[in-house]
Amino acid sequence: MNCMACIEYIIIGTMIISAILAVEWRDLLAATVGMAAVSLFASLLFFMLQAPDVAMTEAAIGAALSGAIFIFAIKRTQRFETEEEEKPGWWVRW
Amino acid sequence: MLKRALAIITLLIIGYWLAQGLAGVPFGEDRMLVAQYYLDHVKEQTGAVNTVTAVVVNYRGFDTLGEVTVLFIASTGVGALLWRKKRERTAKTEGSIVLTTGTRLLAPFIMLFGAYIFIHGHLTPGGGFPGGATIATAFLLLYMAFTVYEIPHKTFEKVEGAVGMAYVLVGLIGLAIGGYFLYDWIWQDWGFGVDNVGRLLSGGFIPVIYTIIGLKVGTELSGIIDNMLKEEVSE
Repeated sequence: MNCMACIEYIIIGTMIISAILAVEWRDLLAATVGMAAVSLFASLLFFMLQAPDVAMTEAAIGAALSGAIFIFAIKRTQRFETEEEEKPGWWVRW
Repeated sequence: MLKRALAIITLLIIGYWLAQGLAGVPFGEDRMLVAQYYLDHVKEQTGAVNTVTAVVVNYRGFDTLGEVTVLFIASTGVGALLWRKKRERTAKTEGSIVLTTGTRLLAPFIMLFGAYIFIHGHLTPGGGFPGGATIATAFLLLYMAFTVYEIPHKTFEKVEGAVGMAYVLVGLIGLAIGGYFLYDWIWQDWGFGVDNVGRLLSGGFIPVIYTIIGLKVGTELSGIIDNMLKEEVSE
C-alpha cells in the first residue's frame, strides 16, 4: 500500500472519530469544535483527492463560518446540554 | 403491524420501480460522454482554462443563478427571523492583543485573496462561492476583534441588490443577442480575448459573472454574521 493511501485512511479515521465525539459530547462548545474538525479534515481530503476548489469552500464555510455561527448561538442560549433520559427513536416506537 | 407491512410493501414497490428505471442505463462504461465533451470543447466554446468553472458558469449558468437565489433567500430568512426594532452590538470585552493585531495585519490580505480567487475563477481553482466566503471570514475576524465594528449597512445592501440584478441583466443581454438566457456574448460574438486564452483578460463572461457572484456571496454572508451577532436593546 503506498503512503498517500495510508494518509487518506488516517484522515478518514480522524473524521469519523471527531464526528462521533461531536455527537456524544455534552459540552456544546466542544461539540462545535468537533464539528469544525470534521469539516477541516474533509477539506484536507478534498485537496488530496484533487478538488482544490471544493476544499477552499469547505474550509471557509464548514470550518470557519458555520462554526462561528454555532458559537454565537451557544453564547446566547446555554453551553451544556440538559440531562434528559434517552427515549428510543421513532423507528423503534412503531 | 399493519403500518409496518404497508411500509415494507411501499419500499418494495419503490425499489422495484427504481431498479426497472436503472436497468436500461449502461453502467461502467469507459468514460463519461458528457464530461469528455466538456473536456474536448471547453477552450473553443468558452475560452476558460479551468473546466470546472466553465461548466458551473457557462454550461450550467442557470443552475448557478438558482444557487445564488437560494443563498439570497437564506439570508433574507435570517434577517426576517432575527428582526427587532433596535439592535446593537453588546459585546463588552475587547479581543486579546494577539487577535486585534493579527486582524489588523491579516484582514486586508484575506479580502485581497478572496478577490483574487473570484477574479481568477476561469484560470485557477476556485470561483465566486469560495472567494465570497473568504471575504466573509475577513469580516468575521473584524467582528470578533473589535467590539464597536459594524459593516457599512447602506453600502452592503445596495451592492447586494445591484449585483443580484446585474447577474440577471447579463443573462438578459445574452437572451437579446444570442437567443437564449445566459448566452456568452462576450466570447461568442465579440471574440474578446481570443488570442489571450490562459491569461486574465479572457474567458468570455466567466470573470464578470464570478465577480458578481463573489460580491453577492461576500455581502450576504457578512450580513448573516451581522444579524447573528447583534442583540436587541431596550430603549
